[in-house]
Amino acid sequence: MAVATSVESAGSSQPESASWTLKLRQAIDRHLPMDHLLPDRQPYFVGSWVYVFGVVTIAALVWVVVSGVVLTFMGPQWWHVSGVGRFFNSLHFWSVQLFFIFMVLHLWGQYFMAGWRHGRAATWMIGVVIFGISVLTAFTGYLSQQNFDAQFIAINAKDAMNGAGIGVFFNVLNFGQMYGLHVMLLPIGVTALVVAHIVMVRTRGVVKPIDAEGGAQS
Amino acid sequence: MKSMGATQEEYYRGVRMIRYDLVKELAIALGAAGLLGLVLAAAFSSPDVPQVTIATWAQSDPLDFVTTAADELAGSTTSAGYGNPYNTAGEGQSWGPIGPQKWFGTRIPIDSANAFVIQPLQRASFSNANLASALKTWQDSDADQQGKWLDAYSKALPDATVTDGNVAVVAGDYGPLPVMMANLLGIAQAGALDGLLVSGGHFYQTDYTQPLLFMGDGGYLSGLADQAHLTGSQWGMMNETGSYPGQTWLWLYTMWYQVFPFTSDDGFLGLNAGNADLGIIILMTLLTTALALVPFIPGLRDVPRWLPIHRLIWRRYYAPRRSSASRIEAPQL
Repeated sequence: MAVATSVESAGSSQPESASWTLKLRQAIDRHLPMDHLLPDRQPYFVGSWVYVFGVVTIAALVWVVVSGVVLTFMGPQWWHVSGVGRFFNSLHFWSVQLFFIFMVLHLWGQYFMAGWRHGRAATWMIGVVIFGISVLTAFTGYLSQQNFDAQFIAINAKDAMNGAGIGVFFNVLNFGQMYGLHVMLLPIGVTALVVAHIVMVRTRGVVKPIDAEGGAQS
Repeated sequence: MKSMGATQEEYYRGVRMIRYDLVKELAIALGAAGLLGLVLAAAFSSPDVPQVTIATWAQSDPLDFVTTAADELAGSTTSAGYGNPYNTAGEGQSWGPIGPQKWFGTRIPIDSANAFVIQPLQRASFSNANLASALKTWQDSDADQQGKWLDAYSKALPDATVTDGNVAVVAGDYGPLPVMMANLLGIAQAGALDGLLVSGGHFYQTDYTQPLLFMGDGGYLSGLADQAHLTGSQWGMMNETGSYPGQTWLWLYTMWYQVFPFTSDDGFLGLNAGNADLGIIILMTLLTTALALVPFIPGLRDVPRWLPIHRLIWRRYYAPRRSSASRIEAPQL
């Protein structure tokens, strides 16, 4: 009873409108209610294979992360000396290839659908940023392979990085730096932005066909 | 230019909605992508050409190794004259007033002659009196004398003979260079130079800047890369060994290295082969920014409307219908 009393008195001393927790919950309810996050109905025009490219990109990313976690757990040398390790590296490699293939198809699909219309420009822009960070993540992955490809890519790439002044901060010849970026910071960046991208898509829903109303402008 | 409206409900007002199972779609996509990845992994594996070590370089092509080491002493290798961030021997790339290579300074200092030749030999000379004497002779000589020895030795190297992994030049006045080079070659062939260039006085190491720069100065690694179609003129780093797809997503970036003005010495508007790296990074930054800003760029944002591809994507919507009831009606905002 004493606890209940103290809770009541604490609650009564603070008006409901001042609760940050309540405000956050209300904002989420308002902008992304569960029936928008996980809708069981879609506009009928969503029945096109182009809409599948986005979800397959996410699926491939899941496999990239799963195989990457296994490779990271076992260490960077493992896949060179173990048949199982080589298989997980191959799964990682091909999942990355599938990820990029479907991401590019998704990007082109959204371009020809002008998917940025009706207030969706930020969703498009975050998508482009995801593509850019994904390229950087894959690049650091190639540099982290600890084989001949990694060596020659590093020697080639250093000139581009140094020429642009980036090499000072992003030394492609430094395996430790590239490996750390590849297994930790960049994947966190890609995953976080993909989650933000999906939330933005679900918040606004898919865009209507061109000329359903207005043009292709935002 | 119509905005979405306050809610999805308002945006989709008048649009026929159908059942759609997003979670099931994701589950099927996960299964399909996983299965495809497993099949590709099982069928094609992944590339893994073993790394090249300084030891394999020195064993496989001792003459190239010794020639490179002599060039390091002469200061005529790529790394020796590179400029920032390794040293101040080169100007670095710039385009008009834009010269970030110069702006950020020498942040990863490397003196190629000392780092790749003199310091490893000094470490090895602790138990080698002959080498210690040769090194002392070298270091006690003035630059002019060192230059004469190096010049004579470098001219003799193309005619050198290689026997049992040893490099021999015809008799001449090379000072202590034959002893120094024979010892450096021996250290390298034994695998010790790989460790010496990485250690930097630390037990744990992950930075391979020095050995990679040294190998990059030689012709052995680039020769292997040329055979594997990896060099810059062969679309460079978007490729990889074997018949694997490589980083195909870099095609646009590597393409610029194959076209004017980045292939030309004269170039255009100050962009040329000499500052191609900087020019192409700037160009790609601009293109990527433009891609991100497509929704706001007149013309680019209108292309989808002009091309009928969207009519293929939404062919159910655009298909002629007897009744307009199932098409989208203008939302009542």
